[in-house]
Formats: sequence, structure tokens, C-alpha cells
Amino acid sequence: MASKAVYSQRDPMLKKRDDFEDILEERRNSSDLRYALRCYAPVVYKGLCPSKAGTLKSMVLQSDQLHYVIHQVCRETGRAVDDVQEEASSILEEMAHRLQLSTVRFFAFTLSKVFKTLFRSICVNEEGIQRLQQVIQEHPVVLLPSHRSYMDFLLMSYLLYTYDLALPVIAAGMDFMGMKFVGEMLRMSGAFFIRRSFGGDKLYWAVFSEYVKTMLKNGFAPVEFFLEGTRSRTSKSLTPKLGLLNIVMDPFFKGEVFDVSLVPVSISYERILEESLYARELLGVPKPKESTSGLIKARKVLSEDYGSIHVYFGQPVSVRSLAEGRVNRCQFNLIPRHIPKKPSEDIHSFVNDSAYRLVRAQEENMVLKPWVLLASLLLQNQVSGQKRGIALDELTEQAVWLRDLSRQYGAFLHWPEHTPPSEVVSSSLSLHRGLVRISEGRVQLALDKGYAVTPEEELLSQAVIILSCASYRNQALHVFLRPALLASAIHTASSNKKQEVFNSFSFLRNMFSNEFILCPGTYCMLFTSHWCCVSTGALQVTQQEVLVTERGHRTLVFLTSMLDPFLQGYQVVCRFLCEEATEALTEKQFIPAVRKFIIKHLLAGRLRYTEVLSSDLQKNSLAALLRLGAVRKIKGYQGTLKVNTVMVNSLEDTLGKKPAVRNQQCLGSFQNISTLSVFFV
Amino acid sequence: MLYISTKYQIIRKDFPFYLGKTAHGGLWVQIKNLPGHLPKESPSHVQEIMKWNGWGYSDSRFLFNKKGQAEFTGKRYRLSGMIIPGLKDWFECTFGASLQHKTPPLLNSSAVQPPTLNEAFVEELKSTGIPFSQDAEDRVFRAHGHCLHEIFALREGKFGRVPDMVVWPNCHNDVVKIVELASKHNVCLIPYGGGTSVSSALECPPEETRSIVSLDTSQMNRILWVDEKNLTAHVEAGIVGQDLERLLNESGYCTGHEPDSMEFSSLGGWVATRASGMKKNIYGNIEDLVVHIKMVTPQGVIEKSCQGPRMSTGPDIHHFIMGSEGTLGVVTEVTMKIRPMPEYQKYGSVVFPNFEQGVACLREVARQRCAPASIRLMDNEQFKFGHALKPQVSSIFTSFLDGLKKFYITKFKGFDPNRLCVATLLFEGDREKVLQHEKQVYDIAAKFGGLAAGEDNGQRGYMLTFVIAYLRDLGMDYYVIGESFETSVPWDRVLDICRNVKARIVRECKERGVQFPPLSTCRVTQTYDAGACVYFYFAFNYRGLSDPVQCQNLHAAREEILANGGSLSHHHGVGKLRKEWMRETVSNVGMGMLKSVKDYVDPNNIFGNRNLL
Repeated sequence: MASKAVYSQRDPMLKKRDDFEDILEERRNSSDLRYALRCYAPVVYKGLCPSKAGTLKSMVLQSDQLHYVIHQVCRETGRAVDDVQEEASSILEEMAHRLQLSTVRFFAFTLSKVFKTLFRSICVNEEGIQRLQQVIQEHPVVLLPSHRSYMDFLLMSYLLYTYDLALPVIAAGMDFMGMKFVGEMLRMSGAFFIRRSFGGDKLYWAVFSEYVKTMLKNGFAPVEFFLEGTRSRTSKSLTPKLGLLNIVMDPFFKGEVFDVSLVPVSISYERILEESLYARELLGVPKPKESTSGLIKARKVLSEDYGSIHVYFGQPVSVRSLAEGRVNRCQFNLIPRHIPKKPSEDIHSFVNDSAYRLVRAQEENMVLKPWVLLASLLLQNQVSGQKRGIALDELTEQAVWLRDLSRQYGAFLHWPEHTPPSEVVSSSLSLHRGLVRISEGRVQLALDKGYAVTPEEELLSQAVIILSCASYRNQALHVFLRPALLASAIHTASSNKKQEVFNSFSFLRNMFSNEFILCPGTYCMLFTSHWCCVSTGALQVTQQEVLVTERGHRTLVFLTSMLDPFLQGYQVVCRFLCEEATEALTEKQFIPAVRKFIIKHLLAGRLRYTEVLSSDLQKNSLAALLRLGAVRKIKGYQGTLKVNTVMVNSLEDTLGKKPAVRNQQCLGSFQNISTLSVFFV
Repeated sequence: MLYISTKYQIIRKDFPFYLGKTAHGGLWVQIKNLPGHLPKESPSHVQEIMKWNGWGYSDSRFLFNKKGQAEFTGKRYRLSGMIIPGLKDWFECTFGASLQHKTPPLLNSSAVQPPTLNEAFVEELKSTGIPFSQDAEDRVFRAHGHCLHEIFALREGKFGRVPDMVVWPNCHNDVVKIVELASKHNVCLIPYGGGTSVSSALECPPEETRSIVSLDTSQMNRILWVDEKNLTAHVEAGIVGQDLERLLNESGYCTGHEPDSMEFSSLGGWVATRASGMKKNIYGNIEDLVVHIKMVTPQGVIEKSCQGPRMSTGPDIHHFIMGSEGTLGVVTEVTMKIRPMPEYQKYGSVVFPNFEQGVACLREVARQRCAPASIRLMDNEQFKFGHALKPQVSSIFTSFLDGLKKFYITKFKGFDPNRLCVATLLFEGDREKVLQHEKQVYDIAAKFGGLAAGEDNGQRGYMLTFVIAYLRDLGMDYYVIGESFETSVPWDRVLDICRNVKARIVRECKERGVQFPPLSTCRVTQTYDAGACVYFYFAFNYRGLSDPVQCQNLHAAREEILANGGSLSHHHGVGKLRKEWMRETVSNVGMGMLKSVKDYVDPNNIFGNRNLL
């Protein structure tokens, strides 16, 4: 039942076709000032104990949990109780929000102005808003938006204000606090600030968790935080962080609330404001210095067209239903509930599974724009080495094909129905004119030589464009991921025996579980992807074998190329670790070193995918290798990495069944598939 | 004998005896002219004065009269013969029920299966001269307790497995003979006391193939001796609460054990289920009250050799007996503590702005160990329910006063009528001490925003417990079914468990297609040093549902209780209704211990009601 709640969207018959409403439309037609000053009277939680931000603080400081930890800290460190209490109080002071309606009104006014200049529309699913309104009254609510931009949380508060819904309190990273004035403004609009890391600091953890729980239990406001922990620079969903989710579920486990509703929210930007910023960050290229020209550029940001934003408020997920039959709440019966306890094994795995499900729900509700498909096609085309790009009408034809395919795979694609495809394509291209170049009816990525002096600089400036593009392709990755893993499994498996394919699939799945959101529980995934491919006629599954049909050839080529950059990325990291990793390589040095290695090979033309320069991919592959035990961290030596060369080598082989570094041209790698399909149809 | 004077104020009329106080604070008791509860010569006649398919006395029931007003019939209770004007509206608004839609009980007692008799056993029993019966009515009457599903089935004319015969032993030695014969002939015995079980304890196991004999202890109802030096009384276990209290009162004593079912439940039943009384704060629960127990088992009679007030002689064997729920043998005689009757009794009530404050107050009262004889906290829904049961007021002045009180509380003090709740109190003892005690409790209550709300409200609160079971029968006439259950829980969990269990009931009803939101209400009925006893009621309108009894979903409610740190039962017992949770409640080893006791005491499962384990 629980899974149904999250996955109901999967069912094509129940496909979310909620109507979207453009909230900017009204803003363009009526006074922003009146809007900012209008009467704001949201519905509240029925069990609400009305309290001010100030009383919240004293509730936290007087809580049993905090008292217990304060005394524990005193016992352990020998400090005076007053002293520790003082510290707790200042931690809370540093953390707490000071939600003020006046500040919210100020933001409502200014953001209206900003949004109207930046975006064509901000579309929100109204049914989601209605569901949210309902659920806010019944249970404490936790809002879980996806995180792709700094904009996200201002946008969320703006939307809730617009719809007269309770304003959330938002967990924000301490880094905002660096900007003194802005930080305080955000604080007054409902943000509370948490340190990025506070590992063993019991007191900090106690203050923090009690603060969040108090707000949640009292129904003070919906609690909002980002499951992914930070902004995704790649537009791929990040592996969820469990800390806060654990905290908000805890009151339910301990019976302090009847239920908690988790509402996944998917925010998709047609054009991300931080587009090239992210790409530079991933490449380790320093940001352009703050200067007058920088300022002018910042102004340029404001004058550009960023298309539209789609916000989808997902189906609220009841923690109670999720936990039914999975968590035995009796485990809290024998110890006073205020004594902090490490989550038990079953709770940990439950929270972990729930987090994955919620991130998956975010992914599935993410509205995709046609450009996402175009970016995928253009990237594949670019790699295939056609120097002159692809003809516009061919691109359109491919886009239409991909549109249909993605819909079959359940993508939430927002493709204007009554516009000719060619127009859809050209308008998408023109919105992203910084990334593509159209000349003589042919389209390609804008990889101009520019003013680069050295070949390395040229490579990096091209990489900025490619990574920006890849981030758009990544938006659609979750749609194709499972079939793509299967396609790659068929590709790399030594035969078409079901078992072989399954082994290969499991291997890839395991290998990439730091890279993509792959819910725990393998077999159902395999089943799903089978189902997808089989239903679209790309595969035929017999008693023993998995066969590629003739029709499925094109699909399979597309799918494998989707995953190829990642395969190659992991391979090249393996190669690096075998060839160049010295005894003294530390974790800190890893990224610069592997980057240098990759640049060298790219310049020599021995690697096909410029994308592998992404530090995100490099980090993930190291994390995977560490998880699999192919690399170990030696304690006490500043994280020196110890490489198990034999294992890394064999992983590299299994990943490709072919050398990673080679000069072969593009489609050659698909010959295998075509031979297979000839064999098996 | 009847002596009523205006000098005396009747303070308790809801029992079949009057308890009152004189103008000087003295106490008097007067026994009503009851029909002989259990005439010796024809033991089976109990069903003539008791309903066979509902609660309590046949002459006492709620009904809606021709004017559509609710009234309570009979003469036995304070409420008897009165019109209750508020009940109809409350009933219709709370349940969305209509007086147009009636579900009268089907009256056929003919569908009872013929008895499976063990001829040899019957022959030998005859020779002992102990009375017995194979009459269908006698058998059906003893085949059930008062769980909703049991009564519902009876009203529908459905009978499952019922006992094959009923025996009425007259004394301990009769029981010894019966148990010997049952062991000899391998007959299943099910002890029957007052029949007020709410744990399916009296249901005959359908898989039982042996002849089932219901052992009705009702004829063993004498007080054998009273020891005024030690303040103990030796009593036969079949005596029902009201008789025990009445007889002791005649000589100026009482036990002070008053479970809500005391009109009908028996001493043996209290021992077998670990019962709890309303006034346990002064007198203690059953385990504090018993000094000595005699029980007949298939292995012989178990009892202690002396009546020392406390012993260090290994695990207390009384604790194998108390709570054994008829699985080990029949309790035949009990020595109980008695107390001189209290000089003075006073009801009281306190209104709190909300349930949270009320619980905090009860917690503080428990902390200071100054709980009155009884202190109970009703939630808002139950407060309203109690209010609906107010009988018609005779004078305009009273209704004016009521209006004034209401105005004072809601308008002047700012209490939200949809959140306020009320605690009912009962003080007992020396007049001086009671008044002192009363002040102490009201002072504590004031710290939690409580306002004293008069004796009348308190008294009505206690009346509710005695008539609630009658009200359930009324509901069943109009498509409304209800049930109650209880638990005990540590103090820090009280609020959470109340909220969550009530919410769970509402949610389950919704999910099962119940059209109108159910009445889901609770009260804290007992306080202890480390926790409290919480009692839940719920009821709903089942029109349009195919299987209403399933929809009550007690299972989910109990799961919720356990998940919130509540116990499996505070005083109702486990029976068969809750035995699926026994293992997790007492652990594997605990279960093994209990099993091994059963295996030793009753290896052939003569006491085969299959409760508990």
C-alpha cells in the first residue's frame, strides 16, 4: 500500500495530468504591492498549539531531551551546567529562524518583480496545492522539494504565500550566513541555519533535532528541507541524506504525533540560472572574478530569458502507511523517549528506503521540456563526431521519435501538443542559444574556439558547454535509466542468456548506485525495465534468453549511448588508479590528479566523452570503488587511498569488456548489438 | 424498613441500594427492595430478571418514547423513569443516526444445537445431587460475555458452540466433586461467574469436541465468616459485587472493591481476571485485597496454610491464580480484607480548559500521592456525552443556574466548549479529612487552570459508567454499535496514546467505509505512581456496511495501543480476544512459564476455555 502511495504515478492510466496554472499571469495583470499586502490567513494544523518563534526557543531549551544531553555533556567534560546551557542557547540563537510576515511580504513584492523579468511563466499543479491544503490541516507536514537552484526555497515560500498556505520553516546550510544581510533576510522569511557538518557534537545535534521536532509536533509550520542535502550541479538527483528525514519521522515512531505527511515537490527549470556556474564548478575552473564586468554579467543574467518553471506538488506520503508492517514502534517502549538513541537497524533501513522512494517520486514528477530531449540527441550526435552537426529536420525527426519513446517510458514530458514539432524544436533551441549554434540548417553544440590560448583552455571552454548540456540531458536520465542499464547489460554480457544478462545488470546497478537513484531491492527493478523494453517492443524475452528485436535496435543504441559516458568515466577512473596512483595519493589530491590524467588523454584523442571531466562523476566512481572495497582509505594518513590494482583492473574490464582508452570511432561499439539482433530475432 | 426522610440527602441512588449522608455528615445505607437476585430453589431463573441478549436487568432499558424523547425504564437506577431530553439530538448529531431506521433484535432461541452429553459423567453427577440443566436457554445464557460481537450475534439469533450443560455447585465440596468427575470422564469445564467478561473468555472453543459443562458459581454466594479483629471476611467466590457489599454493609463494613460491573460480576471472576475497582486508591485492586484463596484444580485444591499479611515464600502462588482466567481451576473461597464503612462521601468535579491540562493535573495529583478514592478525567467528547444524559430539570431555577454556570465557564473564563474536559472525583473517609483532602486536590487543580464544577457533575460522570452498557443496547436498536477497551500506560505516554488511538479508530472507520465519523472518546480512569489506566469508548453508525462487527476493528486499535507503549490490558484480561499478543507481551520465556504451570496443574485441559495461552 505504501509503495502504491509513492508509485501511483507510475501507472500510465493514473498519469498525472493535473492542470498547471501559471501564477505569473495574475502578477502581470494586477498590482504587486496590493498582492504583497493582501490579507494572508492560511489554514493551519488542527492540533496546532499557537506559539511564537520566541516561545519555540524556550520550549526547546526546556525540553527533556536537551536537559538530558546537557547533563550528559557536563558529566563527560566536567563543564558546569550553566556553561553548557549557555552554549545550547547560543547554538539555538545561531540556528533559529525569525519568521516575520513583513519580511515575507517584502519578498513577495520583490520576487514578483524579479520573477516576471526572468521567467515566462511559473506553472504550479493546482490539484497538488489542494491536496497540500487538505493535508496541512490533518497532520504535520514536511515539504521535500528537489534542489537545483538557489532559487528553490525562495520560490517555494513565494508559492505557498501566493496560495495562502502556511509558510514553511526551511533548513538551510550555514554558507548563506556568510552573506550577513541576506542571511538575516532569509532568517526572517523562515530559514533556519544548520552547520554543514557537526559529526560528533552531541549538543549541537540535540538542539537541532529538538528544534525541528518541536516545530513539527506543535504544528508551528510545515518543515521544509532538501532531501538531497545540496544543490545538484548535474541535474541528476543526489543520493538522499537521511539525518533530517530521520528527525522528522522520529515523532511518529515515538507516538508523539499520529502521522506525518511528506510532500515531495519537483521543481524543474527550463533554463537553470546557475547553468554555466555549475559546469565551471564541476570542471574546477575558477569562477570569473567579481569585477565591474562581473557586475555587468550579473545584470545580463537578469536581462535574459529563462523560460518557464514547473512546480509539481506530489501526492502526500503518510509516514504511518509507509511504516506499516516495517517498523515495530514497540522498540521505544522500554527506554524513556527523551534519551537519544541511535536508530535501530530496521529504522535505519526504513528511513533509507523511504528517502529513495521520495527522491524517485521527485524525479518522476519532474516536468521535462523538449529541450531536455534535444540536449540528449545533440550530445550523442556531437560524440559521434559529425563535425558539421545535424540537419535541423533530422533533429526534429529524432526528437519526435524520442518524445514518443520517453512517453512510453512514463516521462512527464511537457511538449506543446498543438504546435508543429519543428516549431517546438526551434523555439527550444533559441531559448538555449548560448549552448547551440545553428548555421546552414544544421545544428551543433556551440563549441567555438573562442579566445582560448592553449589547447587545454580550449578543451575546458568546450567542456563548459558540454557539461551544461549534459545537465539538461540528465534531467531525463531517470526516465531511461533502468532500461538503459538493461541495454548496457545486454551489451556487456558475454551471452544473451537471461542469467548472464541479469548478472551483468546487477553488476552495473551495483556499480552505479552512487551515481543514480536506484532504490534498494534489485529484482523489481529488473522486472520493471524488462517490462518497459518488452512493452515497447524493443526486447523479446524467451524462456532462457533476452533478445533485441529489429525494431528495438534504434532504442537500444540510444539507451546504451545514454549510459556510455558514465561507463567510460568509471573506466577511466579505474585506469587512472591502476596507472598513476602513487602510494601517497590522498583523497584530497584525487580529483586534481584524475582531472590532469583525463585532460591528457582527451587532448590525445584517446577518450570520447569530454563529460568524464565532471568532478561529480569522478567523486561518485571513487565512492563506488571505496564501497566495493577496490580502494581503501587508510586511517590517520589524511585519507590516503590504497588501491587494490587487481580488483580495480577487473572492475574496469567488467564495465566495458573493451578497453576504455582507444581511438575507435563512435558507432563501432554498437556492432555487437546489431550482430546480436540479427541472431536473435 | 423503608425510611426516607428529607433530613437525609441521597448521594448514591444508582445502586440497588441507597447510600446517603445525614445532615451531620453521617452515612447511612438503605437496601432497596430487590427481587431475590438468585433464588436458591431454582438456580436457572436468573435469566428471568436479566436480559439474555443485552446488558443488565430486563426491566431497565433506554428507549425513545412516542414523542421521540429518550427515557430510561424501570426503578432500579437514579436515572430510572426519567426523561433525558438531550439524548436524541446528541444521538442523531453524533452518529448521523435516525430514529426511522430501526434494527430490532431477532428473537429466536430455537437455533441452539442439541447438547453433546457425556452420559457417564451425567449419571455420576446425578448421584451427587448437584443441580444441573441441559435447557437451551440456560446454556445460551452462559455461552457469552459482553463483547460487541457476542451481543451482536445474539441479537441476530446466531449461536455458535454453546455449553452442553450447566451445573450449579452449592459449596466448595460440590466443586471438588464436579472437578473430579470431569477429570475422570474427560469433560471440559468452563467456570462461569457473573458473565460480564469482555474478552471472549466465555466463548466455547469451537474446536472442542468433548462435552462442555458450564460451572455456574452463582449459588456459592455466602459470607462464611467475618473476622473483625483482623478485618477480614471469608466469602464464597460466586457472590456478586453488589450482594457482597450489601451484606457487609449490614454489619458496618465494606470491601471497597467497586468495578464498574459490580452489579453483576462475581468475586471469583475478579480474582480470575485481576480486576480493578473504581476506589482502588483507598482500598487497592483485587491483588491488594485478597488475603487467602482456595482454588479447586484437576490436581487438587491449592491454598496457602496461613493468613499472614505478607510472606517471603518464593513466588506468590496467588499470582498463578489471579489472572488465570479459568484455565487452571475454579476459585471457590476467598478471604478478603474489609474496612469499616466510610463516615462520609463526597462527589466533586473540575473543569479544565483542555485535556492536556487535565492530564497534567492528574499526574501532579499522583505525584503528590493525594488521589481521592476515585479520580477520572473525561475528554471533551465524553463530557458532551455526559451532558446529553442530563435528565429533564424540574425547575426553571435549576436550568437558569445551569445556563449561568455555562456562561461563566465558556464566556467569562474563556473555555472553549469544544476543548474543555472534566474530571470527576469521589472522596471518602472521615468528614474532616475528606474536606481537607478535597481542598488539597482543588488547589492542585487550580494550578492547572481547573475550576471546581460541582458535585452534581461528578455524580453524573459516575452514573455514566453504570448506564453506558444499557445505552449500547439502545444504539443497537438504531444501527449504532459500540465497544470499549482499556489499557495502562506510563504517564509520559498518556496524551500521545489517547490522541493516537482515537485518531486510529477514526481512520480505520473511514477506510472501512463507515459513512459518518465515529464517536471516539477516552478517559483516564485510574492513576498510579508510574502511570495511568485509560479507557476508550467508540461507536459508529453501521448502516450500509455488510460486516459491521469487523469494521469496529479492535485489532487495529490494540495494535496502536501496543505501539504507543500501552499494555495489553489493565483489568479486562486477555481471554481469547487478546491472546494473540500474549507472547510479545510476556516474552517467550514468560509464555513457557505459564504453559508449564498449566501443563502441571491441568495436563488434560479439563479447564479448556483456552483463554490466555
